[in-house]
Amino acid sequence: MSALPLGFLPVLVRREHASLAIKLLAPPVALGLATLLNLGLYLLMGRDPVAVFHAMLLEPFLSWASFSEVLLKMGPLLLIAQGLAIGFRAKVFNIGAEGQFILGAIFASAIPIWLPQATGQWIWPSMLVLGALGGALWASLTAFWRVRLNANEILVSLMLALVAAQVLNYLLLGPWKDPAGFNFPQSVMFQYDAMVPILIPGTRVNVSLLIACALSLAAWLFMQRSFAGYKLQVGGLAPRAAAYAGFNEGRAIWISFLIGGFAAGLAGAAEVAGPLGQLQRSISTGYGYAAIIVAYLGGLHPIGIIFSALLMAALYIGGDNAMVSANLPVAAVRVFQGSLLLAYLVAIAFVRYRLEWRHAAQGSAP
Amino acid sequence: MTAPLLSLRGISKSYGQIHANRDIDLDVAPRSIHAILGENGAGKSTLMKLIYGVEQPDAGSATWKGEPLALASPADARRKGIGMVFQHFSLFETLTVVENIRLVVPGAKSDLAQGIRKLGRDFGLEVDPLAHVHSLSVGERQRVEIIRCLMTRPELLILDEPTSVLPPQSVDKLFETLRRLRDGGVSILFISHKLEEIRAVCDRATILRGGRITGHVDPRDHDAHDLARMMIGRDMPQPMPAVAHSGGEKRLEIVGLDHRPDDPFAVTLSDISLTVRAGEILGIAGISGNGQSELAALISGETVLPREKSERIFMMGKDVGVLDAAARRRLGFAFVPEERLGRGAVPEMSLVLNSLLTAHPSGLLKRGLVDTPRAKAFTEECIRQYDVRTPGSETEAGALSGGNLQKFIVGREIMLSPKLLFVAQPTWGVDIGAAAAIRRRLVALRNKGMGILVISEELEELFELCDSIQVIHQGRLSPPLVTRDTRPEEIGRYMIGAHTTAEKVPA
Repeated sequence: MSALPLGFLPVLVRREHASLAIKLLAPPVALGLATLLNLGLYLLMGRDPVAVFHAMLLEPFLSWASFSEVLLKMGPLLLIAQGLAIGFRAKVFNIGAEGQFILGAIFASAIPIWLPQATGQWIWPSMLVLGALGGALWASLTAFWRVRLNANEILVSLMLALVAAQVLNYLLLGPWKDPAGFNFPQSVMFQYDAMVPILIPGTRVNVSLLIACALSLAAWLFMQRSFAGYKLQVGGLAPRAAAYAGFNEGRAIWISFLIGGFAAGLAGAAEVAGPLGQLQRSISTGYGYAAIIVAYLGGLHPIGIIFSALLMAALYIGGDNAMVSANLPVAAVRVFQGSLLLAYLVAIAFVRYRLEWRHAAQGSAP
Repeated sequence: MTAPLLSLRGISKSYGQIHANRDIDLDVAPRSIHAILGENGAGKSTLMKLIYGVEQPDAGSATWKGEPLALASPADARRKGIGMVFQHFSLFETLTVVENIRLVVPGAKSDLAQGIRKLGRDFGLEVDPLAHVHSLSVGERQRVEIIRCLMTRPELLILDEPTSVLPPQSVDKLFETLRRLRDGGVSILFISHKLEEIRAVCDRATILRGGRITGHVDPRDHDAHDLARMMIGRDMPQPMPAVAHSGGEKRLEIVGLDHRPDDPFAVTLSDISLTVRAGEILGIAGISGNGQSELAALISGETVLPREKSERIFMMGKDVGVLDAAARRRLGFAFVPEERLGRGAVPEMSLVLNSLLTAHPSGLLKRGLVDTPRAKAFTEECIRQYDVRTPGSETEAGALSGGNLQKFIVGREIMLSPKLLFVAQPTWGVDIGAAAAIRRRLVALRNKGMGILVISEELEELFELCDSIQVIHQGRLSPPLVTRDTRPEEIGRYMIGAHTTAEKVPA
């Protein structure tokens, strides 16, 4: 054994008990860390970090017009993240919410595309329901293979997300292409009754945000108070205790995926029946992946996720602002998201462990 | 008296409100086997953690071979020559035995494997160096822990309840090992509840109660009764004599069960037959790693039989082979598993939420939601009745000492008033006062007509509790032996397989 001066290196020591204060502190610290890191990066790129900071993190909150756009973006992120967090608590890793989101959009679009003349207030609710079912159906493919063949759910769900993107491409380039759309890969514009009603007049914020908030409440009730949620958490924390108590592991996987798929599908449906008004390729902007960050940044807790969804939505809008006003590249938002997740993972490590500076050891190792 | 090897003065340690150790003075002489005696929660484990550098004391000083000692970490302690075998094992389950040992002992794999085999032969600690730890039983894992410590050639070896998982033959062998180590110049700190053992092997004994030292004695000058009184501060409760019973209905019946587990390292069970009747306690004896855990999982429903193997396991007269654990519990079955943390309880959850794990059908739910007041009431009742030492029902299960958690789990399962109770290692790591209380409770339940199955590696316990005993050896079960007509030596012969093969098997 070489005699490295190990005594001078700090050591990670597991905390006996992580206090609530430090748990609450971790996300804001991660945000601060990621912000500093990115501002440094912008400085290296020769941009004015103050201007970027202003455009990216303050502007979304400074005008009602941009804040309403934040709320609009928050809806799908909140929905998907709440669904995913339930599975993550059970240690069922649904990484393919993006695919379930796309399938939700496709299923919802089927109604206005096949029945373009239909009218009535039944259309948009049916689209949301159909979209949610579509997402759940896509998620159940992964659940089935995981339970049946023990196929890794991370890989299966992720690959199915790529498949879903191709299904969307096929539909938009083939059977569902708008005949009068100059060959653009997009569907017809939906009729008025296929649109989710606007919640706040003068903005694009629609009723789906309200639905997302209601489902957040339901998620809180499910995870903190219900026995079914408790069973999922036991399965995540101590799988052998779950087996001992007779909590069915396969059922936990199914529930996790169905809830995650349902929420992501609903978000997809609300996207085409909301701000877009048609099915197009650009619906897939990475909400399904960003929601993973949202779920973890919110501590996998339904209340925390509301805040982290708001933050992530502001980041999207702020990133768009910064592209225009501070001349940032398109990738800047993705880089920020990635560094945010990284900073959070570092912060969470310090929630569970504390750093200890050991005195230098007297002798060398035996 | 020669200068002590290790000397502690005024050592104190608190965790929040709890004073785990208060003003401890302790001298460990060179070449001695020194016992630390005390009930659960008396602070023995904390004291050992302080000595081994896992925790740092709040106050007090220590000297090692006459020089001041300040340990920052176990690695530091090992460098100084202090080794420790924990009650809760610290082995990587996905690694093999030799790989685990290689983490602390440098050397080539093949040399280490040789060393392991040699130590195994010398000290009766046989274990396959190439086996994966996850496939080992609790007893075998402890052997690995002891071997790992011995390989670092410590001058002071701390053993936290080392005998609790060993069969009688191996306990004697271990004592022989300890004596040989002592004669070779190693001092041993020996934590145990078993007073007879301490009298048999220890030169000195220090008794702890409530975090304080209540006496330093020579254990050979006092009988077990005296030591017990010093330890618990009152007279030891007497076990309740078992009353004779008449044959009740069959609560558990296993008929000619064969089972080959998926795990290639697990023990294959063959031709298992047993019957537990109402008002009867059946014990299963055997050296750990002979199929106990596989059999336990089959009975509990954690392992479910394939559909074509019907009519092998019956509970309350129903064929339950294909039913899962929850369905078996609904028939009136309750189970205390061998591993408490992570199986019998979720370490990160509060005791209230841990009550819910198996007690949820007894009115702790309301329309699918957790009925928190009732769950809390259930938990507090369990804490009170079973003398669980804890700051409260919101404490995380992982924060309880091993014995207290066991009391909680046993209490929780008994409070379900099952028709059939299955307890694996009922008193492992539990202090004698509480262990006697648990045994008394089991006998009382039997007298009220409960059918009880006990798996234990402690023969005295089985003889105290059981109406009849069956011995498991290499996945086979002996015929039932009526306890009062059987001598421990006979059970011992079954345990090492001498009875069936009629030839001497080296144990």
